Amino acid sequence: MVVLALAFYLFAGITIASGVMVVATRNPVHSVLFLILAFFNSAGLFVLMGAEFLAMILVVVYVGAVAVLFLFVVMMLDINYAELKEGFIRYLPIGALIGAILLIELLVVIGAWAIVPTAEERAPTPTAMPEGVTNTEALGRLLYTEYVYLFQAAGIVLLIAMIGAIVLTLRQREGVRRQRIADQIGRQREEVLAIRKVEPGGGVS
Amino acid sequence: MDIGLGHYLTVAAILFTIGIAGIFLNRKNVIIILMSVELMLLAVNINLVAFSAELNDLVGQIFAMFVLTVAAAEASIGLAILVVYFRNRGSIAVEDINMMKG
Repeated sequence: MVVLALAFYLFAGITIASGVMVVATRNPVHSVLFLILAFFNSAGLFVLMGAEFLAMILVVVYVGAVAVLFLFVVMMLDINYAELKEGFIRYLPIGALIGAILLIELLVVIGAWAIVPTAEERAPTPTAMPEGVTNTEALGRLLYTEYVYLFQAAGIVLLIAMIGAIVLTLRQREGVRRQRIADQIGRQREEVLAIRKVEPGGGVS
Repeated sequence: MDIGLGHYLTVAAILFTIGIAGIFLNRKNVIIILMSVELMLLAVNINLVAFSAELNDLVGQIFAMFVLTVAAAEASIGLAILVVYFRNRGSIAVEDINMMKG
């Protein structure tokens, strides 16, 4: 039990500290790296809660894809980041004030709140964790039966996001020579080839 | 030393607040704003999984997975818009994004 609590405080502490560093650090590359650290430690929190599959998905999808995408964009764009950081001190009071108010409100809500004892019985569709089955298998059984339409819809969302990203960033530059295979294949003999009779000593004009 | 639902909800609340404060603090840098949005979505996921574990109901984890999907789509589209915007204007300062006078 003590080990569990220690692990929780370790993961939660590092998650929150790296979250603070994401918004406070000066260099965006460091921000992305702290974001990756936050994702790793919340994956640890997910494991503590018994959601191993989501923890692994978090590591693969967020750290492997989204955070690396952020890193690519930060490193590709040639931006003067010191200039962008200028308003930080000016906005610090208002940002801290709004954050503090919101945090106090949320903590008050969490402190003065309890689950109705009969909540589990009143759930519309009881989908408890089956016995003797791993988290991944239980999720799969639920996802591919009960929620298969939502699963397909999520796939369509990802497809549209992919198409949208390609459409947005694809561009045809002027003045770049490319290989046009259709033109190469479609060449006719008459257009490109002429046979001249060359007189000896006369040359070709 | 017992870790319960309240602990996880507190972590999620703090993380969500950091995300909102980050949007206010970095009002000029779109990349940091997008990262703050990711932090807030992560806080939401922690909330969903905490309730799923507490109520012994797997649907919370399913929903967290969908939130993750939408977050990935949002990040990719947002960064694509950012790249296009930078290509056109040569800057990503939020204050320059005023062509529509909204």
